[in-house]
Amino acid sequence: MVNWANFISQCFNGLVLGALLALISSGLTIIYGTLGVLNLAHGAMFMLGGYAGWLAYTYSDSFIIAVIVGSVFVMLVGVVMERLIIRHFYSRPHEDQLLVTFGLGIVFVEGVRFFFGSLSKMTPPPAMFQGITNLGFMFYPTYRLAALGIVAIALLALYIVLYRTRIGMIVRAGIEDAVMVDSLGIDVYKIFMLVFGIGAMAAGFAGIVNAPVVSIAPDMGEAILVQTFVVVVIGGVGSFPGAILGGLIAGEIISITSMFNPGYSYVMLFVAMTLVLVLRPYGLLGSAGRE
Amino acid sequence: MLKQRPFLIETLTALGLIAAPFVLPYLGFSPTTINRILIWALVGIGFDILFGYTGLLSFGQSAFFGTGGMFAAYLLTQTGFTNTVAALFLGAIVSGVIGYLVGLIALRRTGIYFAMITVAIAEVFFFVEFNPLSAFTGGENGLPGVPTPNLHLGFTTLEFDTNLSMYAFIAFWYFVGLVAALRIVRSPVGLLLRAIRDNPLRAQALGHNIHSYKLTAFVIAAVYAGFAGGLLGMMQGFMPPDAFMFATSGEIVMQTAIGGAGTLFGPLLGAATWLYLSDFFQTTLHLGATWKLILGIVFVLLICFLRRGLAGAIIDLYRLVTKKKQSEEGPATAPQSSVVVKLPTPKPATGTVHVRHQPAGGGPILQARGLTRRYGGVIANSDIDFTVDYGEMRGIIGPNGAGKSTFFKMLTCEVPPSSGKIAFEGRDITGMNVIDVCQLGLTKSYQINQLFERLTVRQNLEIAALGKVRGKFRLDLFRSLARVPGLDEQVSHTLALVNLTHRTDTSVSELAYGEKRRLEIGLALATSPSLLLLDEPLAGMSPQERVETVALLKSIAQGRTMIIIDHDMDALFELAEKVTVLQEGRVLVEGTPDQIKNNAKVQEAYLGGVHGEVA
Repeated sequence: MVNWANFISQCFNGLVLGALLALISSGLTIIYGTLGVLNLAHGAMFMLGGYAGWLAYTYSDSFIIAVIVGSVFVMLVGVVMERLIIRHFYSRPHEDQLLVTFGLGIVFVEGVRFFFGSLSKMTPPPAMFQGITNLGFMFYPTYRLAALGIVAIALLALYIVLYRTRIGMIVRAGIEDAVMVDSLGIDVYKIFMLVFGIGAMAAGFAGIVNAPVVSIAPDMGEAILVQTFVVVVIGGVGSFPGAILGGLIAGEIISITSMFNPGYSYVMLFVAMTLVLVLRPYGLLGSAGRE
Repeated sequence: MLKQRPFLIETLTALGLIAAPFVLPYLGFSPTTINRILIWALVGIGFDILFGYTGLLSFGQSAFFGTGGMFAAYLLTQTGFTNTVAALFLGAIVSGVIGYLVGLIALRRTGIYFAMITVAIAEVFFFVEFNPLSAFTGGENGLPGVPTPNLHLGFTTLEFDTNLSMYAFIAFWYFVGLVAALRIVRSPVGLLLRAIRDNPLRAQALGHNIHSYKLTAFVIAAVYAGFAGGLLGMMQGFMPPDAFMFATSGEIVMQTAIGGAGTLFGPLLGAATWLYLSDFFQTTLHLGATWKLILGIVFVLLICFLRRGLAGAIIDLYRLVTKKKQSEEGPATAPQSSVVVKLPTPKPATGTVHVRHQPAGGGPILQARGLTRRYGGVIANSDIDFTVDYGEMRGIIGPNGAGKSTFFKMLTCEVPPSSGKIAFEGRDITGMNVIDVCQLGLTKSYQINQLFERLTVRQNLEIAALGKVRGKFRLDLFRSLARVPGLDEQVSHTLALVNLTHRTDTSVSELAYGEKRRLEIGLALATSPSLLLLDEPLAGMSPQERVETVALLKSIAQGRTMIIIDHDMDALFELAEKVTVLQEGRVLVEGTPDQIKNNAKVQEAYLGGVHGEVA
């Protein structure tokens, strides 16, 4: 028999996880949509965010500083990575791009392991969000509610940047046709660098926000990367709304299945992905021709 | 060079495998490392067929490596099954069946989608092994107690329980796997896999069911991985659950990329490098877990600077050395490639293999009725009626945007019409796919060259001719290309027709533009179409090349039905007996070249706004 209080609490967990996945996936999908590069190091960006935030927190004792330092750091990593390596791979086959980002992901993970060891680290939630909140019908950890709010704000910010600013318009135009944007006299490489930075930052930001919920470890990005892929396949590659919808769906599937048997959560996720592939091969909100 | 001597590669490999256990220990390889290298290299052979030859980068090999290994280990430890060799094969078969089912899903998409789906699949298998199936697989403990391989020969039983005998056992299967892979790579299927890697859409348009071939490659890779998984369990006496880990897939990918994809030997080189370095860093330098960081950096650098891996580098080095020798011997003998191309002499089409049976005495070969195509609100083609008779040479002209290319795409079934019907040789082909239509004998040469750039001229034409002589799908995995009946005749005939005989073994990427253009037409011709569509065959050519190509088109027109789109009206009026003019997606007029030249509507369409003032 299903325990309803447990069920609702798992739905909330699914919402938090879904929002996180939505944010990470938006980062992956705008990078792919604009640059045509699938970043297999995206999970490592999530992990780097967590570690950068944790490090900043241990020195400053301020969660806000941790969030800012962590995000900016991961953005810089993204920009440097694009400028030094990814840029030379635009004209090379997709497979090479996958290989090099896969290799970079390993370098990041093993680099972090080298400096900080394999043991997991814990970042405590900020003082004002500690404890649990009475929602009337159930008690729920305050920080998770706060995390939901923070991620929602981040998604809104990303939406505003993408859909309400000049830069965002150029990025969206780049997703449709990067060659055309280039020929309009806009330095498309600068945009690429920026997009890679923003996309990486989205993952890094999610990594910090998630750090007080789940402790961080060097290989935490791997599972997230796989989930992100499922999200993007379900939502449609290159689609920002698709990433959000896919993220929420995946989050709920994982959480609700975990209530019955955590071992089946990936199986259910895979079943959902297969259904989408059969019924709507381009994803729920994707369009043909983006692959 | 190596090709002329049959079984040279096989013999050298066998000698190398025999020598390895006696030589490699002196270089610092431990006996278990050597065995491991061969197991990884065996997985790698299958993966190379999938990635290096077919161009499908899968991160899902761990799923099959683990499945095959677990199945064999389960048979040998949990049931009364004792035949180790049979267990290996059963594991490989189970892995192949699962590979087929997984492939059905993963191959619904290509490119990065495919890569992402395979990552997800690998992860699902890992979790299924750990949790739902842990009663069978031992969960995180794996399956201990896997027996060492043995072979009952009736009179005696061979036990492979020492390092050296285990090596002999693994090396034997590696050799079998390599020989089989070499056969596959040299078979028609092997060539088509490379065609899919280079240009899947054209491979499809030439009448090959590329989806089935991709699935074939996927299953082959799964079978190799499953077999090697079984070997791993027997070598260690224990089937580890981490065979299923995503990191396993990653290592297979990285080893193959380091060694060089598309060579079959790349994975062996890669596995040797990888395992040697990891041993060296861990046991000699005592670096602990840092070895992965160093290998990761090495890997990234290799991808950045050594595009084709170690095997590619060795091949390049070999070519550099041999070329130097050649140029020292005689630089003056460098062939002066044809600056002046001889005009192809029209050949009578009698007695050749390629001509399809054509009913004598006219009648329509192609009939389109009310053909319409809308893209959203844009109407590209509207209500086109169009008939071409057997043996006719039809021209189509029209200003840019008149809908000529869309019209062709509908005729070859690359694009389905929004409404209307197409009949080809009396058969309704509306809604068919481009593969079947090509098999029926209707094909097209493209406005923009669609060639297999990394292959030679001969291989390009073979790909085209194979569709005709083998049908859209056949699993002749072990038949040599040279033994395909009718293939050689068809290829050399087409080579002569498009005047590329002197360039037979040149790589397409080295051809001049005009030669590529002729090869483009040759690809369509080699499928021996009864109706050939040519989309702007003269586009982008120099005046000299135009003259030559017009002569070529005239020569191939004998005994064929052709429809040509072009903007070069002089050429078209010279070639075609009848011309159809399209404008704004509709048929404007149809008539002989003279009628078209003097038609006021046509002049208006091209010159615009000359109402009634035509002299």
